[in-house]
This record gives sequence, structure tokens and C-alpha cells, in this order.
Amino acid sequence: MVQRILRERFCHHHATGKPFGIEHQYRHLLELLKRTTVHGESNSALIIGPRGSGKTMLLNHVLKELMEIKQIRENLLEVHLNGLLQTNDKVALKEITRQLHLENVVGDKVFGSFAENLAFLLEALRKGDRTSSCPVLFILDEFDLFVHHKNQTLLYNLFDISQSAQTPVTVIGLTCRQDILELLEKRVKSRFSHRQIYLMNSFDFKQYIKIFKEQLSLPAEFLDESFAQKWNNNVQHLSEDKTVQDMLQNLFHYSKDLRSLHLLLMLALSNVTVHHPLITASDLHEASKQYRMDSKANIVHGLSVLEICLIIAMKHLNDVYEGEPFNFQMVYNEFQKFMQRKAHCMYNFEKPVVMKCCAALCWIVAVHRHKQLTCQTTCLAWSRKFRKRTGLVRHLNTYYNWS
Amino acid sequence: MNTRHQSKHIYSWYGKPMSSDRKLRTLQYKGILIKSERSQTETCIQLGEFVLVEGENADQPFVAQLLDLYEDGAQQKHAVVQWFSHITEVPQNKRKLLKREVSPQEVFFDQVPGYDTDIAVETIIKSVMVIPLRLGEALPIILNKEQTFYVKQSWDGKCFKPLSPDTFSKLKEANKKSGGSPNSLTKSPLHPLDIICSPKNETERVVRSVTKKKNVEMEIESKHSASKSSLSKERHSRRVANGMKTPTARKKLQLNSPTKSPRGKLSGSDVLELLGDDCDAMSEPSATKRKVKFTGILGSPPKMSCSNDEPKSTFDSAEHEQRLSDTIRLSPYSKVRDSSEEENLHTKEDTICLTGHQKLGGQSPLVTPRSHRRCAQKTSARIAEQISLLNTLESDKEEDFLSSSGSSYSSSEEEENEVLRTPKRNSKSSRIFSTPKSSRKSSVHTPAKTPKKTPLPATPKTPRNATPEIPKRSHAARKPASILEEARLRLHVSAIPESLPCREEEFQDIYNFVESKLIDGTGGCMYISGVPGTGKTATVHEVIRCLQQAAENDELPSFQFIEINGMKLTDPHQAYVQILELLTGQKVTATHAAALLAKLFSTPGPKRKTTVLIVDELDLLWTRKQNVMYNLFDWPTQKHSKLIILAIANTMDLPERIMMNRVASRLGLTRMSFQPYTYKQLQQIISSRLSNMKAFEEDAIQLVSRKVAALSGDARRCLDICRRATEICEFASQKNTSGIVRMAHITEAIDEMFSSPYINAIRSASLHEQIFLKAILAEFRRAGVEEATVQQVYHQHVALCRIEGMQSPTVSEIMAVCSRLGACRLLLVESSNKYLHMRVRLNISQDDVTYALKD
Repeated sequence: MVQRILRERFCHHHATGKPFGIEHQYRHLLELLKRTTVHGESNSALIIGPRGSGKTMLLNHVLKELMEIKQIRENLLEVHLNGLLQTNDKVALKEITRQLHLENVVGDKVFGSFAENLAFLLEALRKGDRTSSCPVLFILDEFDLFVHHKNQTLLYNLFDISQSAQTPVTVIGLTCRQDILELLEKRVKSRFSHRQIYLMNSFDFKQYIKIFKEQLSLPAEFLDESFAQKWNNNVQHLSEDKTVQDMLQNLFHYSKDLRSLHLLLMLALSNVTVHHPLITASDLHEASKQYRMDSKANIVHGLSVLEICLIIAMKHLNDVYEGEPFNFQMVYNEFQKFMQRKAHCMYNFEKPVVMKCCAALCWIVAVHRHKQLTCQTTCLAWSRKFRKRTGLVRHLNTYYNWS
Repeated sequence: MNTRHQSKHIYSWYGKPMSSDRKLRTLQYKGILIKSERSQTETCIQLGEFVLVEGENADQPFVAQLLDLYEDGAQQKHAVVQWFSHITEVPQNKRKLLKREVSPQEVFFDQVPGYDTDIAVETIIKSVMVIPLRLGEALPIILNKEQTFYVKQSWDGKCFKPLSPDTFSKLKEANKKSGGSPNSLTKSPLHPLDIICSPKNETERVVRSVTKKKNVEMEIESKHSASKSSLSKERHSRRVANGMKTPTARKKLQLNSPTKSPRGKLSGSDVLELLGDDCDAMSEPSATKRKVKFTGILGSPPKMSCSNDEPKSTFDSAEHEQRLSDTIRLSPYSKVRDSSEEENLHTKEDTICLTGHQKLGGQSPLVTPRSHRRCAQKTSARIAEQISLLNTLESDKEEDFLSSSGSSYSSSEEEENEVLRTPKRNSKSSRIFSTPKSSRKSSVHTPAKTPKKTPLPATPKTPRNATPEIPKRSHAARKPASILEEARLRLHVSAIPESLPCREEEFQDIYNFVESKLIDGTGGCMYISGVPGTGKTATVHEVIRCLQQAAENDELPSFQFIEINGMKLTDPHQAYVQILELLTGQKVTATHAAALLAKLFSTPGPKRKTTVLIVDELDLLWTRKQNVMYNLFDWPTQKHSKLIILAIANTMDLPERIMMNRVASRLGLTRMSFQPYTYKQLQQIISSRLSNMKAFEEDAIQLVSRKVAALSGDARRCLDICRRATEICEFASQKNTSGIVRMAHITEAIDEMFSSPYINAIRSASLHEQIFLKAILAEFRRAGVEEATVQQVYHQHVALCRIEGMQSPTVSEIMAVCSRLGACRLLLVESSNKYLHMRVRLNISQDDVTYALKD
């Protein structure tokens, strides 16, 4: 059982099956890389798409397929760079030299100054020519971050190599920014070949349901065949269930990102045990509820009576003064007024107690605000806090009335 | 370090002016006196001698022969020289004409026209030996690497020729002359003594006679060595003290035994030359200490003593090997070693040991230094054969070597070589004694190896990672296949076309500019601007290529071409480093490089070619003080710089915009701007690249050209589109096999490259994302400001959801939606720590959004 869960989980972390809906892009990229590796043609391309649209997956699939060709496997040098890791050109250069195993690498360290390294690398790449040297594939993840490097030196040089008769290189950038080309300096832009591969998540709800089914169903080579059958039937059943469909529709409307679907399924899947072998609609529902929970509202749910009273008081103040900042004294006065009106069920708290409570609130809710509420300071934080909870307060009031 | 040493040298004329030219107001002299302040030594270099001349690269001075020395009206000391070229000065592509390996010690009699033979005297470093050899002769074993060069052929810029008999004899003559001429001026008079004696027994007699005399110089002529070996002897004798004016063909062994030498017997050996450096001795308080000079002509004794020398001296010699820049201090006088009397004693003992050792056949290890043992072992067999013939120790040995060599080489020419080689080997091993490995390798029988040995000790001393950098070889070669692939290959930006169409005018302008400057031998700047992809760099490179061709064909003086790119530098100041490295191969820091370059370009450099420097992406060399640019443009204006700069940048008004006045004025007014290509030009470019391949429809090409010309006029873009179109075509033709690129393909490619991604991105966004965008629009309309906080948008969003009858999202969800849109840059959002108060702005026009959301 647990093993199966793990298998599923594994599935979720790695993209399962063939990519769908992006066959065109897939072929484009594959051809591009093939030309680099086989013909030694230099190229550059950008893969652009929102987060979770499968950019890396696409690239990995293409690479996997390429690697199946022996000739290419022996030929291709890959350099993976990530804009989040290689935060400046100096680090990036060192990383490139390291990954290319150039000769100034001793062990895992690269020596020499930035200028030396650059000159060295350029020299190394210049030495090669189209027919005799090994093609190099540069993969720049988070491409947009490389754009912010000083002078865009690295990009200029990479694109320049890809546009000149040197070592064949292909530069592939992955980014989620649609305006990436405008960020490139004009001379860098001119050297970029303007091949852009867009990934858009342009599937509709039917396909979404299909993905849902695919993701959840067990593969045919699963050990216990009868169980797999049962499980898959159940999944099929689920996908036709109205409530599940509604729920998925909601999620789909909310985000087309497949990662959110995976997350949801993970939550649902964690409920599966020996005694509860199949996923049910209620499981999914529960998971979606969990998934869509509003964190701030959750915090409010757990507050004590006094704290809620204070919040309500602040809310009043906020309404009265239209978002002007207020201080503790004002809150306290407001609270006192409130007490007098509904004194029947509440103790009249001492001022220090209220203050302590107020500090606690600050700690819990406004911890991100990093603004300590003291008697004299204005509670800007609070005013903000309340504006966004317009919908919640009604709910809070009823909650208060209950207790 | 070079400069440091040089500053301490004083150049003065030797003797009175020989003649003077009233008209030109020049005075001619027969020698130059170089006085080094530090070592208190003086060297005299006379006409006809060979000298090292300081070049742009401190590690490789030029070799030249002094032809004339004169002082002009402005009191400037000048010298006229005959150049000799190192192999490194010969262009790479010409080197293969030689068809043989060239040792670093070999130089070529330079007949290249265009080199300035008039140099400033201050650039002379020291005197050296240049020995003419017949073609085919092996190089003798090097005795003294920095001091001796060999010349076999002449080089006239196009081909190598063997030395004409005339030049050969002239050079030889020069050598003899210099050998006989005074080299060092010692203050105490030396009385030369010429003793001609028969080779063997007499030597000892001579030796004895030497011991009895003070300040004796001896010449011993050995019969066997005869005229052929005279060269080798003279080379060394040249370094010895003055007074010898016997330019005969006889072999001379000069012994300059020191004043009070009780060990004259030792020095009497024709192996060892002891030079009483009285000059130095005077300056030192202890008169008993003498300077012994080991010129190390021959074999063991010098070596022995050298090995007994203080480590300092060995260091010195090692240092000396390393860099020639240790100029005069290490000139002949540098060979002068402090050796006290005890040391001499040692020497003597060692010599005796050695002789015994020699006689035994060289197996006894004893005191003999390893290197020599090695040599001795090698020769031992031969030595044993002739040992019976030997009477005197050293002269015996000399004879021994000689005869052994004679037995191995029959030709008399070679014999001479061999004579040279043997002594040299010995002395060298003594000099490099600190690195026994290299000396152990020396062998009499493999003369070819000996020259190669020279770099060997140097390499471990420089363990810098000067590794060659080559990416690994490819597993399989590429395969050119169909017509489309071929077309794609040609359309790649990297493919170098045979000619650059549509840039003929610009090409001609630049060509003329550089050509005229080359011919005049002056410097100048040219500024070239133009938007990216208009062929600036390509044109300039084409010009250089043509000029190089012309220079090869001898239509133009040859020049040096270097290129730097602002984008390929990490820092503007790195430009100096790069230029210097490309010019001379030195690697130094930026500030030092700047100083060296300034010196190089501001002094009348001898034998320097014109340099053509391309500075690409000039605007990146901008610094606050603009000193990099200033220097770059200042050098060409210097009188002697011979520097032509072609500066390339994108902006036309760069000089006015970012340069200070003084920089801009130095840049001059020679400007050129590359206009973006018109569609006709683009069309021509594509057609010329495709030549006559039927891969594209005419209309298709026109479409691309018009489209690109309308947008940017960037040729790169144009080529890229065409390339992409061939791909699309290829992809499509798999179905219906039409192997030609049509309009449709082009259109598709253009759409792919120029289509705005935003609309598509919005259309494929999720429903809530779209609603959020709508909410933003609504909020903008409501507030009349193109900026809103998330909170405001949220209200709108909830309202819109109600209209649609949808469940309204929670705040967290809205925040997620917002950040996702922000990541795609459809929205511009503030940093998220302000939560609901974060401000949002559209990154695209509102019309685009409404258009995208219409349906």
C-alpha cells in the first residue's frame, strides 16, 4: 500500500507520460538540438511559458530522447546554469568551466581571476570549429535573471559564439517572463536568433480531466493486476462524478498550472491506507478544501474571545477613520465602549491584560508585519490587517455572538 | 623590472668621433660605452658587433648588428643596425617554408624592407654573439644561451634564403673582429701575450709561463683546432680582456689570468678562462679577492668551480637564463663571479680529481659533479681510446674531445661544430647545475637534443596554468545533406561570405584609410557606428583580411592586427591587458600593462610594425575618468606609435554624448556610419549567400527583406528568419515533398519571431486570471489612474465573480493569481510584503487586454 503511494508520489514529482499539447514545440526543440549535435550548427532559443507550464519537462524529454542516440550521447557537452544559483557572471563562468572540464579546473575548483576566466573560456570556445569540436549545449534556467548581470557580458558572449564560426553551441534559455526580449540589450538581442518556443497551457477542461485521469491511474505493469484494475476503474468513475468535476472545474478556473493539480492529488492520496484503499470523491473534496484554505482566516478562527474583541474594535476604528493609523489607546477606548454595550457576557479586562493580549495578537497575526504594537506607536499594521478582512468580519461577528 | 634596470644605465660614446658630417650635423663614433651604475661595470660595444635591442616584448629582445653609431644635431644618440629575426618574428604561415625545426637560438639575417634600421642607442641592451653557419649544419651545443645566436639563412619577408657567401664572410669577419676587439675596459693595463704553441706538451709550458706573469693574456693556438674552430674560441675570447687585435684564423685560447694568481697553473688550462676583473677588484676593499671569470669555454674546470661557487652565483646564472631583461649587469661582466682564494683552491683540487677521473675512464664518482660525470660516461669509451695520447691535463681533454668528435663526424665543417658543442655542453651543465635533471640529459651524441633542452629547465620554473584550451573532439563529423540544409548552412550568420555585398563603399573607405596610414607609417583613429547587424565588424574584418593579403603579396608593409571587444572584457581596464597580451604575449596586471603600452607606443620603437587595433563595442570601455578611451585615442597621435585604431560602436553620436572633449577631439573626425540595410540590400545579401541554389522563391526573399528592412534592417534577423523558414519548409515537405521555401513558410517564420506573446498568454490564462485582468481594467476605469492596489482590484474581482455567478475566491487565491500574472510580466507588481496594499500596474496596453479578453 504504502509502496503504491510512494510510487504515485514518485509519479507526481516526475512528469509522467508524454507531454501533451506541445508536440509542435517538442519537435521544434528536438530538431534544433539535433542540428546542433549532428551538423554542428550553432543556435539559440528561448522557451517561454508561465510557471508550471512544463518548460523544464519539455527540455528534459527532448534531452532524454537525444541521449538515446548513441552518437549524440558521446558528442554532446551540457552546461546547466540556473539564474538563481549563478547570480553573477563570475560565478557562472566558473561553473561553465567546471562543467566543461576545461583545463584550468583543478579538482572541483576553478582558479584565476574573473578576467582570466573569461578570456580563457572565450579562447577555448574560439579554438573549436564547426566540424571538429564537440557541440556544447548551454541551458540557462531562469534566463531572466541572467539579463540583470552587468553588461550582459555572459549572454553577449554566448550569443556571439552562437553567431560565429566557433565551437558549435546552442543556448537554450528557460524563462517565464513574456517580456524577456525587451530586457536584452540591443546588441545582445541582435545576436539572439529570436527563436522563441512558447508554452501556454492552452488546454481546455476536457483535457484537464483527461490529465487528471492519466495522472491518477496506475500503469499496466503494476504488480497486483486486479487491484490496478479496480483502482483505475475507480479513477474513471471519479472523473465522471459530478462533484469531483465541479471541484476540478473550480481548480481549473483558478489555475491551469498542473502543479496545483499534483498538489491536490497528493493531499487526497495521503488519505489512502490499507483500510481505505480507494480514493473517494469526499477525499478529493477534503483535499481541495484544505488546498483552498485561506491562511489568514484560519488564524482568526483560533483566536481567544478577548483577541477577537480587540480585532473587532480595530475594525470599527478602521471603518471610522478610513484606514488612518491608530494607537493602542484608541483601540482600548473602542473596546471599552464595546464592553459597556455588551457587558452581560464579558469580563471587564484590566488595561495591562488587554495590552498583553494586543501584543500577542501582534505576534500571531502581524508577525509578518514585523511591527511591534506598543501603547504609543501607531498601528499601521492593524489598519492594513483589517482592510483586507472586510468579508471576514461579518463572519467574525457571528462567531463572537455564539460564544 | 626591465625598466628598473635600464634606468641605471648610462650610455656614452667610446672614443672620439670618427668622422662628422657637417651638413647633417652628425658625429659618428666607433663604439658605445654602456655603464651600469649598479654593478659599476662598463661595457663597450663597437661597430660590427652584435647586440640585443630592447623590443616590445621584454622577454624577447631583438638581435642586430651595429653598423653605424652617430649623434645627431639634437644630441640624440642613434645607431644604425642590421636586424636579425627570431623565428617568432616570422609570420606563422611563413614558418612552414623553412621545413625544419628552428631552435630558439637561431636567427635569420633580416632583409625585410620597411623595418626601421635607425634606433636609439638607449634601446641597446648588451652585446651578443651571432655565428654564421652553413645551411644544414647542426647547431652547436649551446654554451651560453643568451649570448649566442646562430644565423643560417636570411629572411626577406617572403622566403628564406641561404646566406650569400658575401654576407656569410662578412658576418664571420665581424665575429672575428669583435672577438679581437676590446670588450671590457679594465683600468689596470693588461699586457696581452700571444703565444703560439704546439698543441700538447707545450701547453703546459704555456701554462707555467702564465702563472709567472701578472695580467697576462695568453693565446694558445692548437694545431688541431686550426682555423675551423676559431669561431668558437673567438666567441669566448671576445669576452676576455682587451688588447687582442689578431683577427687571424688561428684558434686562440685566451687566458686572462688574474694579477696575483698563484694558481696560474690552473688558469693556464685552455679550458678555463679566468678573468681578472680588476675593475671590480679595485672597487672592493680586499685586494686579495679576485674576480674570476668563468666564461666556461671548455669543460670541467669552470664547471667545477662553478659548482663550488656560492649558491648565489648559481642563482644568478639561473636568473640570467630566465630573463634577458637583466640586461647589462648580466652582460659579459655578469659572468664575473666572486670567488675567493679558497674557492680557487677547490677548483684546483677538483680539476685534478677530474683529470684523474678522466683518465680512468670516468667511472669514479668522487667530487666530480654529477652532470659532468654523466658527460664523461658518455664519452668515456672514446676517451679511453685516446687516453694514451694525452699528456697534459686540460689540453689533453680538449684534444680528446676534439678527436672524439673528429671520429664521429668526418666532415671538417662538422668537426668545427663538434668542437663548439663539447665545450658548450660542459659549461652549460655547469651553469644549470642547480637543475641537475636537465644537465644530465646532455649528451654528446645527440646534438639535436641539446638545443631543445633549453626550454626544459624553464618549464618547471613557470608552472602557471598556461594550459592549451581545446574542447574535446567530436565523435563524428557532420553531414551536409539536402539542398535546404546546405542553404541553412550558408544562411547561418557565422558563415563567412566571399564578399560583403552592399558594403562596398564603406569597405573602400575603411580600406583606403588604413592603407594610407600603413603606407605613411603613421597612426590614426576611425570611428565606425551603426545599429546592430549592419555589418560593421564583418566589414572591418574583411578590410583587414584584404590588407593582410596585400601585405603578404608585398604590396603593403606588413602590419600587426589585434582586436579587442568591450563586451568580452570584464572591466574596461582589462583592455590594456588584452592588448598587451595580443601584442607581446605578456600577462601582467592592468596598471602595469597600461604603463608598458604607453611606453611602447610613445618611444620610437625599433623594428616595430604598424599595429591595427580594432576596438569593438567601444561604449563599454567607458569609465568615469575615461582614461581607457583617452589612452586608446591618444596613442595614435603620438609620433612613433604606428597605431591605427578602428573603433566600432552602435551609437552614432557616442563621441558627443559620453566622451569628454579631450577624448572626443583625439578621436578625430574620421567617422563613418553604417546605415541599416534597405530591403534591396538585404535581398542582395540573401541571394548572394545562396548564390545559385534553388532553395528560396524570389518572392519569399523579397518578403523577408521588406519585412526586416521595415523593422530594423538587421541582417542577422533576416538570415535567422530565412534559416527558420528552411526548417519549417523542411518540416512541411516531409509530407508533400516540395523542397523550396515559399511565402507561406516565410510568413510563418516571421510570425513566430515577431508575434507578440502577450495576447496568446492572456488567452491561455486561467479563468480567474482573466477575471483578475478584467477587474484591473474596471478598477482603472473607475479610479482613472493606471495603478491600483490589490485590495481595490479584489473588490472588483469579487463583484465580477458575482455577476458571472461564480464562487468568489479567497484572498490567498487572489494573491497567488496576482503573483502568477506578475511572474509572466503581464502585470507589474510591487514586492509582495505589502500584502493587499501592493500596487499593480498593467505591463501591456489596456487595448491589448480588452482585445484578448473580448470573447
